[in-house]
This record gives sequence, structure tokens and C-alpha cells, in this order.
Amino acid sequence: MNITLNGESCELVDGTTLVAFIESRTGSTRGSAVVVDDEVVPRGTWPDYLLRDGQRVELITAVQGG
Amino acid sequence: MDDPFLIAGEELSSRLILGTGGAPSLDVVDAALAASGTALCTVAMRRIDPSTAGSILDVIDRRGVRVLPNTAGCRTAREAVRTAEVAREALETDWVKLEVVADERTLLPDPVELLDAAQTLVGLGFTVLPYTNDDPVLARRLQQAGCAAVMPLGSPIGTGLGIANPHNIELIVSEAGVPVILDAGIGTASDAALAMELGCAGVLLASAVTRAQDPARMAAAMAAAVTAGRLARLAGRIPRRHHAQASSPIEGMAVL
Repeated sequence: MNITLNGESCELVDGTTLVAFIESRTGSTRGSAVVVDDEVVPRGTWPDYLLRDGQRVELITAVQGG
Repeated sequence: MDDPFLIAGEELSSRLILGTGGAPSLDVVDAALAASGTALCTVAMRRIDPSTAGSILDVIDRRGVRVLPNTAGCRTAREAVRTAEVAREALETDWVKLEVVADERTLLPDPVELLDAAQTLVGLGFTVLPYTNDDPVLARRLQQAGCAAVMPLGSPIGTGLGIANPHNIELIVSEAGVPVILDAGIGTASDAALAMELGCAGVLLASAVTRAQDPARMAAAMAAAVTAGRLARLAGRIPRRHHAQASSPIEGMAVL
């Protein structure tokens, strides 16, 4: 299946959970937040959240900033 | 001296809040954090960049500093609220430095969007620290909305022009029921000392340290300035006078 990650197309195997996806991209889930199709997904639901084809995912973290 | 600095009931061990933006590397941030003695520092929320090595959060954690996410780059209340919600999920803190700016050239706060966002975020249970104009009336409205502090600018972000309107900062302080934190415009240590002498409870600065030629040394200078300014404020300065007033006795002069 195919999702859009931070504006770019991204191929995923079916049945990928949000927590597995985030860990594969960042190495950990610390400091990350996810917005799927304009909804902020609560951290506690990530292990059970199955990504679906066509979803638009924003993966966000903290960077240097004033 | 017992002079605790409290925001929303939480005590911070330093009145200097450091922004981490503008530093050329994480090593520079690390050295500045250490030299500043800060207990609270800001970060921005952005898309994950897989090419970035190291995390600002690791640096901040190692120094034992509390993190304050900002909503930098937001132009509308809706964007700022959404960014605060993202930050709360990412960093597991309900504290937010609320920034809603009007345009890129001035980076001045948009008062209408700012107040709207503040009201919404307070309603959602956030501890809101708004970056605001040096407008006493807007500061009052933000407090009425339930903000935990008000953070007026000295001058626009990154200009280093210091405190353009000290009278307004004094006015805001004189009627504030929450901490007033001078945020933006600090250029050098004397600006930070002045903010504290005017009665601010703290100073938030980034560029003045991160873009200084020697960031760690400037961070130490800012820490000393904030401490000196606070002491001077508490000590009570002498009034300004038009004419001289001798400090040596007038009587008892010998005839020579």
C-alpha cells in the first residue's frame, strides 16, 4: 500500500502499525507526533493504529527554535 | 536570598529562558545551555528530517532542562492550536510558547489571532505563555484569558534592538498578576539587565546568544545580567534627580 509521508509518496507493507512505522523512521517514538488526515493521533493509540492505503501522514518532531 | 521564580505554580531555578534557534550546531546549543544555567528552553515543531544527525531533545535532556515547545511560523489561531496539540503529543508537556505572527518581515504578533488562540488553548488545558506585543491592553486581555505568563517583545525578533518602549514594559509589569517575561529583541547583556530592572520576572532570548561570536560566553553574560537586574529591582534604585546631591557631609568643612 501507499501513503503520503510529509508530502512524499511512501510504500508500506499492509498491516503496518503506527508505532512500528514511527520507530522505523526515527529509531524511537520519543519526541515525535503524528497527524493522519488532519487528525492528531494520541500517543496511547499508536500500537493498535493500522495505517491504511492513501492516508496522508505528517511525522513531526522538535527542532532548534526560539 | 529566597526569590523563587514560579510559572503556573512550578518553580524554575533560573530567570533566563533560552531559545535554541539560530545556533550553528547542537554542540553550540549544549555549551550555551550549560553556560546559561537555564532551567527552560524552547524548541520548534517541524517535519522529521531523516538526514539530521542527533536530536535537540537529547541535548536538552542531558542538561536536565525543561522543554518549552513554541508555535513559531504560525499565522493563524487554527495553525497555532494545531501545532500546540502536536507538541503536547510529541513532548508530553502542556506548556506552550504561543506565537502567532502577522508577517515574515516584522514577525510581530497578530493580536487578534493571538488572543483567539490563547483562549482556545487555555480551554484545552494548556499552560499558555504568549509572545505578545508591548501593548499593556493586550497583555491584560491575555491574562484575562487565563495565560500563565505574558511575554512582551522588547523589539522585533532577531533585531537585537533592545527594549524600544521601556515605559510600556513598566506599565505591563505594574498591573500584571502573572509573570512578565521579556521575549525578543535582546541584543546584549545590558538589555537583559534593563528588562529585569523594569520589573520583568524573567527574560527569554535566543539570537543574542546563539548568533553571538562566542555563544557560551554570551550565555554566561546573560545569566549574570539577569541576576544583576533582578537584584537591582529588588534593592530599589535611587530616584533620578535634576541636580547633584553630595554624598560627603556638607557641614564640618575645615577653613583652609
